[in-house]
Amino acid sequence: MANPNGIGASVRRVEDNRFITGRGTYTDDINRPGQTYGWFVRSPHAAAKIKSINAKKALAMPGVIAVLTGADMAADNIGGLPCGWLVKSKDGSPMKEPGHPPLANDRVRHVGDQVAFVIAATREGARDAADAVEVSYEPLKAAVDAAAALKPGAPLVHDDVPGNLCYDWEWGDKAKTDEAFKNAAHVTKLKVINNRLVPNAIEPRAAIGEYDRASDRYTLYTTTQNPHVIRLLMGAFVLHVPESKLRVVAPDVGGGFGSKIFHYAEEAVVTWAAKKTGQTIKWTCDRSESFVTDAHGRDHTTEAELAMDKNGKFLGLRVHTIASMGAYLSTFASSVPTYLYATLLAGQYSTPAIYANVKAVFTNTVPVDAYRGAGRPEACYILERIVENAAREMKLDKTEIRRRNLVPAAAMPYMTPVALQYDSGNFAHNLDVGLKAADYAGFAKRKEASAKQGKLRGIGLSTYIEACGIAPSAVAGALGARAGLYEAAEVRFHPTGTVTVFTGSHSHGQGHETTFAQVVATKLGVPFENIEIVHGDTDRIPFGMGTYGSRSIAVGGVAIVEACEKIITKSKKIAAHVLQTTADKIDFEDGVFKDKASNKTMTIAEVAFTAYVPHNFPHDTLEPGLDEQAFYDPKNFTYPNGCYVCEVEIAQDTGEVSIASFYAVDDFGKVINPMIVEGQVHGGLGQGIGQALLEHCVYDHQSGQLISGSYMDYAMPRADNLPSFNVSTTEVPCTHNVLGVKGCGEAGAIGAPAAVMNAVVDALSNLGINHIEMPATSQNVWQAMQGATKKAAD
Amino acid sequence: MSSTSVSMTVNGKSVTKEVPARTLLVSFLRDHLGLTGTHVGCDTSQCGACNVHIDGKCVKSCTVLAAQADGASVTTIEGLAKGDQLHPMQAAFKEHHALQCGFCTPGMIMTGVALANEKSNPSETEIREYLEGNFCRCTGYHNIVKAIETGAKAMRR
Ligand code: FES
Ligand code: FES
Repeated sequence: MANPNGIGASVRRVEDNRFITGRGTYTDDINRPGQTYGWFVRSPHAAAKIKSINAKKALAMPGVIAVLTGADMAADNIGGLPCGWLVKSKDGSPMKEPGHPPLANDRVRHVGDQVAFVIAATREGARDAADAVEVSYEPLKAAVDAAAALKPGAPLVHDDVPGNLCYDWEWGDKAKTDEAFKNAAHVTKLKVINNRLVPNAIEPRAAIGEYDRASDRYTLYTTTQNPHVIRLLMGAFVLHVPESKLRVVAPDVGGGFGSKIFHYAEEAVVTWAAKKTGQTIKWTCDRSESFVTDAHGRDHTTEAELAMDKNGKFLGLRVHTIASMGAYLSTFASSVPTYLYATLLAGQYSTPAIYANVKAVFTNTVPVDAYRGAGRPEACYILERIVENAAREMKLDKTEIRRRNLVPAAAMPYMTPVALQYDSGNFAHNLDVGLKAADYAGFAKRKEASAKQGKLRGIGLSTYIEACGIAPSAVAGALGARAGLYEAAEVRFHPTGTVTVFTGSHSHGQGHETTFAQVVATKLGVPFENIEIVHGDTDRIPFGMGTYGSRSIAVGGVAIVEACEKIITKSKKIAAHVLQTTADKIDFEDGVFKDKASNKTMTIAEVAFTAYVPHNFPHDTLEPGLDEQAFYDPKNFTYPNGCYVCEVEIAQDTGEVSIASFYAVDDFGKVINPMIVEGQVHGGLGQGIGQALLEHCVYDHQSGQLISGSYMDYAMPRADNLPSFNVSTTEVPCTHNVLGVKGCGEAGAIGAPAAVMNAVVDALSNLGINHIEMPATSQNVWQAMQGATKKAAD
Repeated sequence: MSSTSVSMTVNGKSVTKEVPARTLLVSFLRDHLGLTGTHVGCDTSQCGACNVHIDGKCVKSCTVLAAQADGASVTTIEGLAKGDQLHPMQAAFKEHHALQCGFCTPGMIMTGVALANEKSNPSETEIREYLEGNFCRCTGYHNIVKAIETGAKAMRR
């Protein structure tokens, strides 16, 4: 009998009950006894020397407890914030890792860099006092744009990083790729900018630091996606505190999208300051502060070339990318434009030769790191944009050029020339399903109808593939990761048959409390409502790596299954003991153990009870208790893939772009909860469309001031900017994990920008426009249209 | 810092507190009354995570001083359900998976209820336009729109 709340069912979410009634517990909702409040003094300059800090006035204000600076941290031997991934330049030299002090020492390197920390009895008091801290700066010239920062004579972000170059990295076979270009019948070239974005989880970051003198233990409540990673980085590298003395709690977290993976300065500062001042300190970020402190995303400039034979068969792809790192290396910054990017440049195509060169550059801007998709949206965008232009130049239909180059399903497993081995996928099928759903054949009619209303209509495709579920630790380690990337799970039966599952994955919107319980309900035959999922507290859960890169179900979920398997193995022994047979004679199905010979049965709840009341156990061969742990390290990445079809309409007189329809066909492997998976796709599409049409993080090129530093200036997608989506899945199971799952968190953000922009370019192509940068705001589009009309007239 | 005495009815209970004059309504609710279901997502009155009802009107509580709500009747997300009986709009949000991280959700639900009170049968376009002051970064709004449609319908009954 199929479990109505098991794998494959759209079970309504358990966690919703607290969120819809206002009873969620986010970090800022937590109030600790005697709590005080912290506020950061931050740099108003993109680059400056700190000449002096005078806190006298601030300290004299009512309720002010302390003003701490970089000098205080240095005196306590506090370390810098570490980077978790070592990338080597093509000459073999390690990337440049300049110091990243949690509170600035003598230099500030971006607007928002933290300079001092003020602690007071109230939030308002701390804020007022921060305004009264007098910092004397000597402003310096700033390096703002990455390409300009590489030029000789550009201002240096770090004196010890010549030319602002963090690394000059390459991937793929250069000689073979150059050879492919020599033999090409046609080469399509395209320069694209992947616009810098601000992740903008609606919950601003927050942290509470607490120190208990009696036990010499610290507790940090923080808005993170991976509490154990924070504990490890902060304990080992920054505060030099043994992990046993550190507890990191990530309670309900209001969205992350990557931006809450990283170890941020504020976490280290509140924790350190808690002991130093003997206070419990809460810091909650203001939105304006988030804009200048949360790690940003994307910010690539790429020149790409695609070599083809006369039939439009791809022979080679060459890309040169400049990626901004911002002022410091954030936790996983170095891996994003390298191993998460160039390895995906094959996309769904059988291009035999690929070469990528990436220069990572320090600039006087907020650090850039992983944001939903992280490297993979950049790869997909370049590839799908250049394929679109190639089709036009080769006079091939956009679907035909793809069909000629897609990796066929029969070629799976498929080894790409950029080091990944795709295990499964039926790309052509996704394309067929997408085109049919979107009525590709009927487009011309719709275009005509739009034209009658003064609108230009375009249709755009993107076929994406991503590598997620990171990672096989051995592969990640060989590529420079400084941590393992497995996941941990513990399945604990209680004597009365209910179950608590402790997972190293972290939910900040993904719905693990529901999905993971569905997996356990199916595997163990325990009623769904008897299963509780615990995450987010290093004192409760086993050492886990957290949630990012769409890894929760594919790594964390599989770890839970492995723990369930161990539970079943042990339970069989217990059942065999009670039923007076041997474990190999016991069958297990739907929560019931059965002796094949006698047909006698025992439920899993009865087994659990026996395990905890082991009155006549043979204790030399059978331990009491039913509580198993598993660490799962995947064998390969998983490869979600799909086909997106977008239609846009552009108003001829204003250049305003609106999405007329959006169809998403995704292969996520086996789907555990279709409702939740659809929701993940919707959210990813919202962010992908946001990047394509609205969002842009803009700095003043000279001063390095953030111009789009608030919701008044940074265009977040609103409900009336987005369409209703048409989403569906095609399930080709992953071949190397027991659940057959691939992960679904990032797909929408990866595949959407190219689909939208291809549609925009398609709509404008009659005007001779072959590219337009994101975001395609009405202003950008209108200007491009004017430029094209003018060109035609000249 | 001058302080002021503020009295209002919150979720049907009358409260009186002496607070600094500059206290915002959202901070009055969160910090002084412990009603942390109302959230703060921005500092420019854009996101709507803080939406509550003041005398039946949907208002951004980050943009109102507590003192301005003196004498008013305020409803927050905590005041919608009757015991274990969810408000129809809350039930619709769960049914349609209209929330992921849940941070925008209280504001979205309060806004949805306000819309349904103004207009009992809103169209998709009307819903999307009414949400111009509410951000959600997780859902792409698709399911929120469906939930408000359903919730409004259920409120008619
Ligand atoms: S917190 Fe009130 S509108 Fe954002
Ligand atoms: S559910 Fe996360 S912001 Fe809306």
